[in-house]
Amino acid sequence: MKMKTLAAMALGATMAAAPAMAELVIPDLSYRTGPYAAGGAPFSDGYQDYFALLNARDGGIGGEPVRIVECETGYNTEKGVECYESTKGEGALIYQPLSTGITYQLIPKATADQIPIHTMGYGRTSAANGEVFNWVFNYPANYWDAASVAVNYLLEENSGDLSGKKIALVYHNSAYGKEPIRTLEALSEMHGFELSQLAVDHPGQEQKSQWLQIRRERPDYVLMWGWGVMNQVAVQEAANIGFPMENFIGNWWAGAEHDVTPAGEAANGYKSLNMNRVVDYPVLAEIQSLVHDAGNAAGDGSNLGSVLYVRGMYAAMLAAEAIAKAQEIHGVSDVTPAMVRDGMAALEITEARMAEMGMAGIGPEFAVSCQNHGGSGQGLVQQWNASAGVWEPLTDFISPDKSVIEPLIAEDSAAFASENNITPGCL
Amino acid sequence: MLYREAGDFKTSYVADSQTFPIAFDRYRYWAILAIAFLVIPFFINDYWANAIFVPFLIYAIAAIGLNILTGYCGQVSLGTGGFMAVGAYACYKLMTSFPDVSIVIHIILAGGITAAVGAAFGLPSLRIKGFYLAVATLAAQFFLVWLFNKVSWFYNYSASGQINAPERFVAGVAVTGPNTAPWAQYMICLVFLTVCAILARNLTRGTIGRSWMAIRDMDIAAEIIGVNPLKAKLTAFAVSSFFIGISGALFFAVYLGAVEVGEAFGIQKSFLVLFMIIIGGLGSIFGSFAGAAFLVLLPVALKVIGVDVLGWPTDLVAHLNLVIVGALIMFFLIKEPHGLAQLWRLAKEKLRLWPFPY
Repeated sequence: MKMKTLAAMALGATMAAAPAMAELVIPDLSYRTGPYAAGGAPFSDGYQDYFALLNARDGGIGGEPVRIVECETGYNTEKGVECYESTKGEGALIYQPLSTGITYQLIPKATADQIPIHTMGYGRTSAANGEVFNWVFNYPANYWDAASVAVNYLLEENSGDLSGKKIALVYHNSAYGKEPIRTLEALSEMHGFELSQLAVDHPGQEQKSQWLQIRRERPDYVLMWGWGVMNQVAVQEAANIGFPMENFIGNWWAGAEHDVTPAGEAANGYKSLNMNRVVDYPVLAEIQSLVHDAGNAAGDGSNLGSVLYVRGMYAAMLAAEAIAKAQEIHGVSDVTPAMVRDGMAALEITEARMAEMGMAGIGPEFAVSCQNHGGSGQGLVQQWNASAGVWEPLTDFISPDKSVIEPLIAEDSAAFASENNITPGCL
Repeated sequence: MLYREAGDFKTSYVADSQTFPIAFDRYRYWAILAIAFLVIPFFINDYWANAIFVPFLIYAIAAIGLNILTGYCGQVSLGTGGFMAVGAYACYKLMTSFPDVSIVIHIILAGGITAAVGAAFGLPSLRIKGFYLAVATLAAQFFLVWLFNKVSWFYNYSASGQINAPERFVAGVAVTGPNTAPWAQYMICLVFLTVCAILARNLTRGTIGRSWMAIRDMDIAAEIIGVNPLKAKLTAFAVSSFFIGISGALFFAVYLGAVEVGEAFGIQKSFLVLFMIIIGGLGSIFGSFAGAAFLVLLPVALKVIGVDVLGWPTDLVAHLNLVIVGALIMFFLIKEPHGLAQLWRLAKEKLRLWPFPY
């Protein structure tokens, strides 16, 4: 029986792995199931729809059509590895797993296979050091930038002085949630605020005790590194204990519509960071007419224009720009993963280019180099307006304190390099 | 039709009590071993290794371990994920503390450490049984995961709380780390599985296995005829945890390479291994293999058929997988509590009596 199953699967696998010539293959490791699906689905929709738009409008990138291979990971690292292995044989150009856990799995594997990974605002922060992590990019910003941007915003609110303030960090008890702690500790020492850490275990539905502790300790501000169902529960719990919403700031993975709508009016005033501005871009109308109206929408098509949809679209735009750059550098349209890496390392995003693509001001201007894979690190603060049901950008892009982050990145990447016998250098 | 037993006589006790007394079974066993050791390593690629063979081999070790405890000794355990985590973290600490010692020794030592932890958490089984024991092992699961998250010594104080397997070699061939060849990953897991399976099979056939089964079938009666429940239960916990620890170490070091305790060794892992032995067959070594193969292959097969061949949406297929596994568990619990192994046993009996099965 087992042999028969294996034979059937071998047949299926060969059918699936039949090489498709002259296509740009982009895997989409998405998750539309499980406790993180609410965030995974709109991101994936935006990601796929943008490539569908490029196919419909421009015939792909540089004349080469894009083929998306979607693979469901369920935010689970084992399935993520399986997805990686099953898609890499098809000529995958770039991976964006949208999961810090899966990113940690893929960094060594993709480096050995020489396929670039783009982890936009997640993943391993020290990958910003391109000399150690040649194949990993995390522009335009990373978690340590986010922590610093949040603190800089609070500094601005408190006219430059946070000494004696109490800040609580509510975080997802995983590699993702633990990432900002080191930076926040350094910042708390520097600015003299008191940091308390409250871990929330996967999946995050149970947070009563954490919020009771917040009620007892009365911190001035609460920062949150949450994802999936954890965000909705946290916003609800904050409302339940009457924590002032304007002092509750989520990171950019804790600031989408579905995170705040379950709490209704009570969520009004909740703030979050964002690495991309969400407004009504002209490109969204193009997607509506060329992709959705043509019946090619990814998912159920209901997420168009939401925060995470726009971020997925932004990620796709950055990937497409990198591929275009690679085509320009190497003078061929059918690029390889190694060429895409070169394109990513030479990527430059300007205001003019963003405006040309119909998404003026969606992200900060930045340039990637061989040494710096991290981009500008800027983020903005947005606030939820419950009655209008929209996230309103509250500030312009705020710069992180690079003097704190850069030594930490150098330290962490040096540790990784020595553990793995990597000699830092450009490819 | 397949079994031709005429003339297959045993002339010594050794021949009569061998693992596979029927000649055809024996040939088949050698044939499978030959294919596994001599054919597959030459054809295996990254996808087959990482999506199918390596997880199957590792889960088979875990399932054998849990089967010894639950299937043979009758002690329900929901702590498998936690014990796998003990194996993984023990292996990691040993790998990073003693980089010059062979990884094989580290994996075996990780199994030994897990056995000690398992025996400690098995102590309550002397006083409580059934549901209550399940709850006690559930506590072990949550405690161990919490411990590996909380105490940063276990993950060498890394910022993310992840553990990463450094590159290690066996006879000059990398078996952990990103540059491992798929055949090397496959071979180290296969060797461990083969040794574990032979060990488990012979343990369960001997005195100690019989005392486990006596405890499982009726502990009071077993005690009256002279089975020491303390010894039987604690050895079951220790031996079971030893195998589970080895599987956890391999799972971390060879298969994933980087692990986050809550995600990789959470309660879902405990249930997954439990489902493997329920579907495969409680109290059967073959059942552990069948269950592990089934639950590793099912999602992959569904994905290949549903997404790649039929073009269904990925989320639909993922949900369908949950529905099918749930339905199968109910089906097996009601219709065939002894699982796939019992189906195979019946089929074999019919084949032996063919052409006049009854």
